[in-house]
Amino acid sequence: MRNVSGLLFSGGLAFLLLVMVAQLPFGQPLMLVGQQILQVSPNEVGTANVVAAVLLAYRGIDTLGELAILFTAASGVGLILGHLYSANSGSNKKVDKSGFITLKGTELMVPLLLVVGFYIIFYGHVTPGGGFQGGVILAIAFFLPTLVRSDAHLDHQLINVIEGLAGAVFILIGLWAMLYHHAFLQPFFNSVFVKGHLGDLFSAGTLPLLYLALGLKVGAELAGLLSMIADFPELTGEQNK
Amino acid sequence: MIWIVSLLVFIMLASALAVLLLPNMLAAVVASSVVSMALALLFAVLKAPDVAMTEAAIGAGLSSLLLALALKRLGLWKLDN
Repeated sequence: MRNVSGLLFSGGLAFLLLVMVAQLPFGQPLMLVGQQILQVSPNEVGTANVVAAVLLAYRGIDTLGELAILFTAASGVGLILGHLYSANSGSNKKVDKSGFITLKGTELMVPLLLVVGFYIIFYGHVTPGGGFQGGVILAIAFFLPTLVRSDAHLDHQLINVIEGLAGAVFILIGLWAMLYHHAFLQPFFNSVFVKGHLGDLFSAGTLPLLYLALGLKVGAELAGLLSMIADFPELTGEQNK
Repeated sequence: MIWIVSLLVFIMLASALAVLLLPNMLAAVVASSVVSMALALLFAVLKAPDVAMTEAAIGAGLSSLLLALALKRLGLWKLDN
C-alpha cells in the first residue's frame, strides 16, 4: 500500500515537471537579464569567469544566504552530535588498523589536495571553480588524516575560530564597500585592489578576497562536520537499553 | 553528442537501480556515488564547468563519505541489507 502511494506521488510529480518543461521553448535562454550581464560584466566587474561575477557581484546577497544555510546545517549537526572532546580522548581510541598503502597514500595526497584546493579558490574568478568547490577540497584535505591515523585529531577550537573569522571577514568586506558609497557586497577597486586586466590573478578588486573568505569558511565547516560524525562513538545494541 | 548524453543517462539510471537492488549497503553507497559522477560528467558535456566541479566535489566525494561514515557509526558496515 505504501509502495503504491509512493509510486502515485512520484508519478504525479514527474507529470507536473513534464508539463512545466513542455511550456518552455527548446533551445532559447529564458532569462532576459543574462544577455545583458554577459555584455556588461567584463567592463564593470572585470572577471574572466562570468559565473563568479554573477555569484559575488550581481547576486552577492544570495551567496550570503548560502553561507547562512551551510552555517545553520553545521550548527545543527554540532548540536546533535557534539560532545565533550576531552572526555572522549581516551575511551574510544581507534587502533591503527590502516595499512601501509593507506598511510603513505594519505601522506602523498594531503599536500596535493591542499595545493589543488587553494589553487581553485585563488583562481576562482579566472577559471571555473571558486570558493565552494575549493572549500570542499580543503575540507577533505583537513579531514583525511583524522580518518586514517589514530593519533591525529582535528583541533575543533582552531576550526571554529577559522570558520567564524572567515564568515566575519566576508561580511566586513561587504560593509567596507558601503564606506565607498557602493551597495552592500559590491566588489570595488582602490589602489591596493586594482581592477587589472581580464584574466589576471590580481584583477576584479576585492572579489578574490570574498572567494578566499568563502572557501576557508566552507572548508573549515565541512571538516568540522565530518570530524564530528567520524568521532562519534559507534552505536552498538547495548546502548539502546 | 547524443550518444554520449544517452550513455551517461543510461549509466545514471542503471546505478540508481543498483542502489535499490544491491544487498550490501556499502555497495549501495558506492552506486549512489557513481550516479553523482555520471551527473558531473553530463554537466561537463553540457558546457557547465562550475556546476560540474561542484557536483563532482560534493556529490561524488562528500555525500558518499557522509553516508559511509554514518553506516560505520550505525554498525551496518558489513551487514547485508
